[in-house]
Amino acid sequence: MLSLNRISKTYKTGTFGGKDLVAVRDVSFDINPGEVISLIGESGSGKTTVGKMVLKLIDITKGSITLDGVDVAHKQGAELKTYYRHVQGVFQDPFSSYNPIFKADRVFSLIRSEFFADMPRAEWDAKVDGVLRSVTLEPNQVLNKYPHQLSGGQLQRLLVARALLLDLKILIADEIISMLDASTRIDVLNLLADLKSRGLGILFITHDLSLGNYISEKTVILRRGSVVEMGATDKVFGNPTHPYTRMLISSVPQLHKKWAQIEQELPAPIAGRGGCLFHEAYPLAGRTPDRPIDEPTLARVEDDHYVGCFELDSEKASQVA
Amino acid sequence: MTAEFDPTMSPAAGDAEKAPTPKAKRARGEFLFFALRSKKFVVSVSILLFLILLAIFGPMIDTNDPLALGDLPMRQPTLDPGNWFGTTYFGEDVFAQFVNGLRASFFVGLLGGGLGALIGMMVGFVAGYRGGWIDEVLNMVTNVFLVIPTLAVLLVITSYLQARGVMFEAIFIGATSWPWAARAIRAQTFSLRSRDFIDLAKLSGRSGPKVIVFEIAPNMSSYLFLTYILLFGGAILIAASLDFIGLGPTGGMSLGLMMYNAVTWAALQLGVWWWFIPPGIGIIAAVGSLYVMNVGLDEIFNPKLRDI
Ligand SMILES: Nc1ncnc2c1ncn2[C@@H]1O[C@H](COP(=O)(O)OP(=O)(O)O)[C@@H](O)[C@H]1O
Ligand SMILES: [Mg+2]
Repeated sequence: MLSLNRISKTYKTGTFGGKDLVAVRDVSFDINPGEVISLIGESGSGKTTVGKMVLKLIDITKGSITLDGVDVAHKQGAELKTYYRHVQGVFQDPFSSYNPIFKADRVFSLIRSEFFADMPRAEWDAKVDGVLRSVTLEPNQVLNKYPHQLSGGQLQRLLVARALLLDLKILIADEIISMLDASTRIDVLNLLADLKSRGLGILFITHDLSLGNYISEKTVILRRGSVVEMGATDKVFGNPTHPYTRMLISSVPQLHKKWAQIEQELPAPIAGRGGCLFHEAYPLAGRTPDRPIDEPTLARVEDDHYVGCFELDSEKASQVA
Repeated sequence: MTAEFDPTMSPAAGDAEKAPTPKAKRARGEFLFFALRSKKFVVSVSILLFLILLAIFGPMIDTNDPLALGDLPMRQPTLDPGNWFGTTYFGEDVFAQFVNGLRASFFVGLLGGGLGALIGMMVGFVAGYRGGWIDEVLNMVTNVFLVIPTLAVLLVITSYLQARGVMFEAIFIGATSWPWAARAIRAQTFSLRSRDFIDLAKLSGRSGPKVIVFEIAPNMSSYLFLTYILLFGGAILIAASLDFIGLGPTGGMSLGLMMYNAVTWAALQLGVWWWFIPPGIGIIAAVGSLYVMNVGLDEIFNPKLRDI
């Protein structure tokens, strides 16, 4: 199991790193084996940053990530490699995931040279053959080709196959189908479902609510780096509690509605309430918060369903209490 | 990278923009095709090859010691062996001086340019790839080297080192000419390092140096080659100027030194044109053709610059 414990990321921006940009704030959730978690948020909400922190491609500013109870922060060299044996990622843009001057199957060679240097050629080829078939790719159609000779769907599945060469436990899938056309999207989605049934834990990052709803057991809704609502997917979608989530879900059929528009229609946050950028008050107003105000926490709505701080309407508030 | 999903966007549409230029296999054939079509490239490479052959074989054909004094001073060029370019005020064989000088010039270019490229690459790659405080420190060092008055430093060194070889000159030039290369390479590395395939290589367990050597450098190989050519030509030119103002190697021969001697012994006033014309043309031809070759190669590597 992979656990994120209140992780935050602050980027230094501006000249001489003078400005701080909080891209992710205090995010916690677990990725369990055989489970898909969708991390949903608009562009710039910090989804990729969360994924990259899990993949140790960027440092965590605050908080910790543990794999089976072991903190992964200081893993380096051989330990880091062991981590990557179990935790892998696939990214949004299939074409930028391949070094354009090499053949696409070089992503396999890299895995071989770093993890299976001693494996005999024939055994390795058979292994590659096996993972390719498990992602429904025909080896002779994709091996020995340059990236631009393959379709986006083939490239993404090659990357999943690459991860499967390892002893994979967790896969971070960062918008992996958003650049694919409709016909290949479903293939890749089915592939993820298949991996899930094989016991993999998958973090499915997306900006598409219906996709998240379709594929995941759990949902985390991210807004400006903070979790606004999370929990079992059917509960988050069936009983949305945060105004932001409600607005999102109610506008799903209105395809034309853009995220920016939703932002505009939301009631403005009350100024001067501190850390949580968009809360209107602490949940359970009147009680003393058990955390400092700049560390917003989540309130429990029901079993396996949590919501970020805001003023609950009276009906919900009674539910929560 | 942050582009969000656009339902109208098919992978093909995304592909058109991002897809790399043609297949590598075809690229080799294509390189030759465009190379042979580029007049700049063909002409400059021919001149360079000719000069290089002259530098290699010239001293074997004309085995005269370029510094041996002869009995016939200021002899006009004739077809007699050992007198193809005439003789100097002291009766030295100008052709022997020329081919040996050419050799020294190419040696300085090769070594000085190579050293400059090596330092520039190390500094540029590390600064661009690592970023952060390492980048800031390396940037500062680069800036210091950019503003160092090279000539003043050389004057100081010269006053301490009585005997200086071609090797010293090459190393000095290499050690002072890298800053612009480091900057350019840093910028390129910086733009490459945020690409997804770099992250993927890291996820494959590749260490930083391996990522630089096997992922980043191959992507800018043509650029690195161009950088080296410019440093090569630059080193030849700097060496010639240093020699010409008397800061060159002691002993030995070089094109700049020939010019220096010709001017010192009033070849111009005496009308001994064969003394200074060959080294002058040699320097201009070598450096000029390197620069023209650079422009030609740039057009070949960079399809946008091709005039079709
Ligand atoms: N390397 C970086 N330096 C500075 N700011 C960054 C960097 N990467 C991302 N950001 C900022 O962090 C925020 C979250 O970005 P990201 O995680 O890519 O969002 P998402 O994946 O949800 O679109 C954005 O405001 C983005 O501009
Ligand atoms: Mg993203």
